[in-house]
Amino acid sequence: MSPQALFDQQGDRSEADRLGAALRGFVREFSVTTALHVESCVRCGLCAEACHFYTATGDPKYTPAHKLEPLRRAYFREAGPFAPLARLIGWPRAPTLDELRQWQSLIYDSCTMCGRCTLVCPMGIDIAELVKESRHAMFDAGLIPERLALMDRTAEQWGSPATPAEDLPDILHDIAEEFGVEIPCDRPHAEVLMTAAPAELGEHTKALAAAAKILNRAGVDWTLHRGGFDASNVGFNNGDLRLQEKLTRALVDTALQIGATTLLLPECGHAYGAARWEAARWYGQALPLRVVHMTEYLAELVEAGRIRLQPIGETATFHDPCQIVRRGGLERAARTVIAALGLELIEMKDHGVEAYCCGGGGGVVSNVRATALRHKVFEIKKRQVEETGARRFVTSCGQCRITLEMGAQHVNWDRATESLVELVADRLAD
Amino acid sequence: MELLDFARGIALRWACALFVGGCLWRLVGVLLLPRRRDLAPPREGAHPPAVAALRAIVRHLWPRPNFAGSTLFATVNSYVFHIGLAVVVFGLAPHILFVRRLVGLSWPALPNNLVFGVGVLTLAALAAVLARRLVHPVMRMLSGAGDYLSWLLTALPVASGLLAASHLGARYETLLAIHVLTIAAFLAWFPFGKLMHAFLFAFSRGATGMRFGRRGVDS
Ligand code: SF4
Ligand code: SF4
Repeated sequence: MSPQALFDQQGDRSEADRLGAALRGFVREFSVTTALHVESCVRCGLCAEACHFYTATGDPKYTPAHKLEPLRRAYFREAGPFAPLARLIGWPRAPTLDELRQWQSLIYDSCTMCGRCTLVCPMGIDIAELVKESRHAMFDAGLIPERLALMDRTAEQWGSPATPAEDLPDILHDIAEEFGVEIPCDRPHAEVLMTAAPAELGEHTKALAAAAKILNRAGVDWTLHRGGFDASNVGFNNGDLRLQEKLTRALVDTALQIGATTLLLPECGHAYGAARWEAARWYGQALPLRVVHMTEYLAELVEAGRIRLQPIGETATFHDPCQIVRRGGLERAARTVIAALGLELIEMKDHGVEAYCCGGGGGVVSNVRATALRHKVFEIKKRQVEETGARRFVTSCGQCRITLEMGAQHVNWDRATESLVELVADRLAD
Repeated sequence: MELLDFARGIALRWACALFVGGCLWRLVGVLLLPRRRDLAPPREGAHPPAVAALRAIVRHLWPRPNFAGSTLFATVNSYVFHIGLAVVVFGLAPHILFVRRLVGLSWPALPNNLVFGVGVLTLAALAAVLARRLVHPVMRMLSGAGDYLSWLLTALPVASGLLAASHLGARYETLLAIHVLTIAAFLAWFPFGKLMHAFLFAFSRGATGMRFGRRGVDS
């Protein structure tokens, strides 16, 4: 790695303190699965073949297993079954602070925690999860990209990285006016607590209006609520476990407080990862409500006949957001909705569980430092979309959409990335 | 004769003790770590954990078609030397005799010439692994001393066994002693490096299968 690798630091602390925090963080919570996954790597390098950062650049430093090097060394020295022996003979070496600074860009700028590498790994190692564990340590040590740290501080204060909670009613009022749709806010009781992605309160307001239109049409008893409205979990991406818990609790506690039986997540991938699969860990038991992604909810409404759609009658291809498909299991739900829209789906070469990441997951979309790299990754998706010859290009994650739109803008690509929920709202039949 | 006695006696005994003790220590040490229970309700229709684990163990035996192109050489080559090693270790008559003397178990042997041929092929595949490790930028970057040592201690018993079988280079007893010593070194190193994947692979794949099977994903 180049010695001039980019890094940021948060807080004013001694080098020893920072390094100590990182090393403790790396080994703090080794569960049996994490340990098995660190232990079983055979250094075969096959994971590189699945990672968009490697395939788009050919640079070996983007090899997934290489991103785990600090975690690996910390584990074998501090937590593995032969840790005392490892320390005694000084092998492997402990990561140094300089190395952690160098690895910052590998752990944050060039991993979207998409999980594609797991598919090709002969040991089936969940590398994305290990990168997430590495981020916990990097966050503890104040070693994360400053842009993500800024979002972290904002979300800590506002409950959202983009919108203060007290502004929510006004923003919803404006969206309701602009799109001519009713958007309930802060209702004391509702069956469904609906939540938003950050962009849906900014540049993607149409997606929020679309969701409102559909819920109203289906006669759902729902509301948004200042207590918990932004489902994107910045803590989940940054490695800030405390914030992850706080944001998770804001959503779940608000839902329970208004008597909701369903927590409805927006078109956002990481929101699904954080709330559907990780929320329960903060409560020590299964949540007493359903956590449902918008795509899944749309599929249910369609299948139950609660909404009917006018067919579009064109060809389309679909970008599978990693967190809701490969790591979330909603491959079929998206296709149910696409079929109900009367779209003839032409799959990309890599699709479903095997789909390439958009290149912006895991906070990479917000990490300005990674822009050039993201644009290189975009070429893969652009090529695969073009190969299908499909007329429409659809996805169901706002963050993917922003990433793909930025990529398209960079190369003047004339394809719009459309939102599934918006398409459904536009084609609602009476 | 003395070297052979040493190799067959104290060296092999210590190596076996290290092998068994070390493997158990490492496996138990890992498997006794706290288990983080997955409390999220499984997706409707998800496979039960044991089924999901088995499916992942089987699925990762061979790359998915979309990845087959880029990983074909490594995969085929790995199969050649893994199967080759198994054939040589368990198929050669003297090996079976050795095991019978040790624990009383025996099974039919494969023809010597066939095993010899497989041994040569195995060594060639191992040479290809090393070449790839030294040449491919990704492999070169990932490789450390432990990886090269694991390679060496896997290749040496095969090479020394072939020499002993063809009576090349020294007296047969000396060749045999060297062969046994390389096996002892292999066994002694086994628990500490990545050779442990021979046991860990099933647990590692299975754990991933359980995590994602619950989510309704065949990963
Ligand atoms: S999780 Fe995705 S981005 Fe990260 S290393 Fe694996 S393939 Fe690359
Ligand atoms: S593919 Fe798996 S076993 Fe091979 S180097 Fe990558 S993480 Fe390790």
